[in-house]
Amino acid sequence: MFFLKNAWLIPAIPGACFFLILFFGKRTPGKGAPIGIAGIGLSFLLALGGALKWISWGADRHPVDRHVTWFKLGGITVTAGTHIDGLALMMLFVVTFVSLMVHVYSLGYMHGDRRYTYYYAALSLFTASMLTLIVAPNTLQLMVGWELVGVCSFMLIGHWWEEEVNSAAAIKAFITTRTGDVGLMLGIITLFFAARQTFDIETLNRLAINGQISHGLLLAGALLLLLGVIGKSAQFPLHVWLPDAMAGPTPVSALIHAATMVVAGVYLVARVYGVFITGLSIGPLGNGINALALIGGLTVIIGAALAFVQDDVKRVLAYSTISQLGYMVMALGVGAWTAGIFHLFTHAFFKALLFLGSGALIHSVHSNNMSDMGGLRKKMPTTFWTFIVGSAALAGLFPLAGFWSKDEILLGADKGGYPLFLWIGVIGAFMTAAYMTRACYMIFWGEYRGEGHPHEAPPSMAWPMRLLAIGAVGAGWLSAFGIHDFPTWVHFDVAGVTHEVVHEYAFSLPLATISLAIALIGIGVAYGYYFANKGPHGLTKRNALAHAGYHFLEEKYFLDKLYINGIIRKIQYPIARGMYWFDQHIIDGFVNGVAFVSRKVSGFVYDVIDQKVVDGAVNGAGFTAEESGGLLRYIQTGRVQQYAAVLFGAAALFGLILVLTTA
Amino acid sequence: MLLNQFLFLAAVLFCIGVYGVLARRNAVLVLASIELMLNAVNINLVAFGAYRHNIAGQVFALFVIAIAAAEVGVGLAIVVLIFRNRASIALDEADLMKG
Amino acid sequence: MVAQNVVFGILAAVMILAAWRVVTTKNVVRAVLYLVVVLAGAGAQYLLLAQEFIFVVQVIVYIGAVVVLFLFGTMLTRAPIGRDVDLDNDQKWLAALTALFLVGVMVAVLSDAFGNTHVNANGIQRTADVGNSMFSTYLIPFEVVSVLLLAALVGAIAIARRD
Repeated sequence: MFFLKNAWLIPAIPGACFFLILFFGKRTPGKGAPIGIAGIGLSFLLALGGALKWISWGADRHPVDRHVTWFKLGGITVTAGTHIDGLALMMLFVVTFVSLMVHVYSLGYMHGDRRYTYYYAALSLFTASMLTLIVAPNTLQLMVGWELVGVCSFMLIGHWWEEEVNSAAAIKAFITTRTGDVGLMLGIITLFFAARQTFDIETLNRLAINGQISHGLLLAGALLLLLGVIGKSAQFPLHVWLPDAMAGPTPVSALIHAATMVVAGVYLVARVYGVFITGLSIGPLGNGINALALIGGLTVIIGAALAFVQDDVKRVLAYSTISQLGYMVMALGVGAWTAGIFHLFTHAFFKALLFLGSGALIHSVHSNNMSDMGGLRKKMPTTFWTFIVGSAALAGLFPLAGFWSKDEILLGADKGGYPLFLWIGVIGAFMTAAYMTRACYMIFWGEYRGEGHPHEAPPSMAWPMRLLAIGAVGAGWLSAFGIHDFPTWVHFDVAGVTHEVVHEYAFSLPLATISLAIALIGIGVAYGYYFANKGPHGLTKRNALAHAGYHFLEEKYFLDKLYINGIIRKIQYPIARGMYWFDQHIIDGFVNGVAFVSRKVSGFVYDVIDQKVVDGAVNGAGFTAEESGGLLRYIQTGRVQQYAAVLFGAAALFGLILVLTTA
Repeated sequence: MLLNQFLFLAAVLFCIGVYGVLARRNAVLVLASIELMLNAVNINLVAFGAYRHNIAGQVFALFVIAIAAAEVGVGLAIVVLIFRNRASIALDEADLMKG
Repeated sequence: MVAQNVVFGILAAVMILAAWRVVTTKNVVRAVLYLVVVLAGAGAQYLLLAQEFIFVVQVIVYIGAVVVLFLFGTMLTRAPIGRDVDLDNDQKWLAALTALFLVGVMVAVLSDAFGNTHVNANGIQRTADVGNSMFSTYLIPFEVVSVLLLAALVGAIAIARRD
């Protein structure tokens, strides 16, 4: 119980490490990295302990809450604390594990970097923020964590900000997710009022499921929150930041943009699921389509399509991430809550593994592009095998992790009454398998096309990859046929609600077989096209339509162009021009006018007032003094008798006056 | 005898003395005119003393005489000094304080 | 009392005439001599008012000493013995005006104040009385005057000596 009650330590320790590394890191041997690794290692052990306790607790396990009062505002008390249940523990485990792997990996990858200490500080801060988000019992603390991970993502993407492309990517990421955050904030406020003035998530869910909130309000809240999810979890149409975010260091991409930050949106939906399920009418009562599933489904296809035309290995993985996030959101959209979460769980392992593997490749080849690689399977065996395992898991091959989780999503779509999304999922699986085969072929087979001598990754980089590979292999078995461990531990329920909100479906062998077959077909097609060189090679050069299609994909559906030229420039430039006009004419005119008036006034003051009036007065005073002096001089003759005459005369006069007045 | 006749006499003498002080150029004659004024005052004092049967009138007049004598002594010493320095005792030429 | 009035009248006329001549004569020595007449006349007035001691003092001090001083002063300042260049300065008329104004005021006031008051000079004020009051009531002024005379003496010598 210690681990569950004191789960607040799990975010607190990396948070403390952030400050320690920031202030003392440079002076310690190892430049702050040992502090960060120790901190995250400790958090991982605590999370592991919590998970084990949860697992061993048995059937009467229930969520554990700890609160402290954060602030009081006009009758509302907002608390901060932890809400630990299966979902939170699973996320804590995943985040701390992947973060630990990335910390260790960075020892080798970021060795000798120009800002090594700040990198580790930012990693610690990011981990702490993500963990805060996960354990949040109310939407306000969740938002704090949300914003903080956004800031850390900005910091880490722009780690090498001296090159403009990196800082531009960081800004793009931040601004795009910020655009979504408008929806998030509005959604939180709407739901605050809907839940009768509380931010607490449990209360919100209970009120929503029990039908005590009006449907319109829930729909509005769900759609607004969805906007935040679209931004943060790189759904269409705000997915454009994630490929550019690959400008950051590869461990950062592994941690933030594969396993943790981007799933914050999915986590939000999973947490506040009561709102979504009632607001968007998800589930058997739905009408076969809703906003959440639609967005997710679109993202699956769009991301997968773009992964085909990338040369940069990290961009392939980025679009793959977008696509897989689409799967998770789609799963939540069709009511397959546990399936979506399970896919989040497994995806974290193999996507992080793939990113770390790509980092090893980049580190040894000194280039991101797959056209500079090739034939590396002999030269980099560990990287090769772990990358293949990761790719297979991603493609959904039995018995690796991806197979089980993707299969559950398809099952949920099928049984939940969403046939459209079942088809989308199947097509997505096909495309996933195909583009990963393409990528593997270009990297590991054929002739080496690059320069220099590629070498295997050092142990600090190799061991995290191996450990993640184990996870990629074994994680899926927690929810395999006959094994219901994962759903038992992690499922959606709300205190005070007795009826089953989300349905779990039993494993369906036919569907599983079909999905495996689809994946194998995908691999086969790609194999034929790339390995065996069959198929219509050079089509895009010969056929104008194909070429146009390829160009369309290459330009990422012209979305970037649309956003920049169509929206940003159309809004930004007129405003900038207007401001410039205002500045030149009105402000400058005002300033010039003031200057002109002051000059005229001062000229007037000088000419008239100073020269004539003041000088005139001064001169006049002097003239008067002189003249009166000249006049008075006549009195002072120096002759005593004259003085005496005046004296006697005055005395006589006074005497007369005295006599006259008193007589 | 009317008191007033003495007083009028004294007034007239006083005013003649005033005229002399103001109008004469010679410093010695100015001093002489001052003596005239003092005597007029003495006449006044004595007349009042007689009118009031008070010895104080006379005594006061005695003091005035003593002081007048002292004053004439010092005054003439000054006049002699002026004459020694300037070779003239015409008062309207002594306008060194003219300004 | 007609005799006293007559004597007074004659004395007053002589005095005024002499005083007038003091301030208008062109001869310095003659002016001093006219002053003697005035002083003597004043002494006679004292006698008329039965104040014997001051008559004597007037004659001794004024006529006997002060006038001598004046004559010495005239001599030492080389005043021309005979007729002199104009002895009056150029504010003569202003001075006359002032004097006339003053006398006018005084006469008016006096006549208003002491219209018909008579003075009865029958009681002689004896020298012994003067001495008595001088050395009892007016002792301090007496001593002060003596110091004053000393100061005047010393001062006159200090001013006028040749060094």
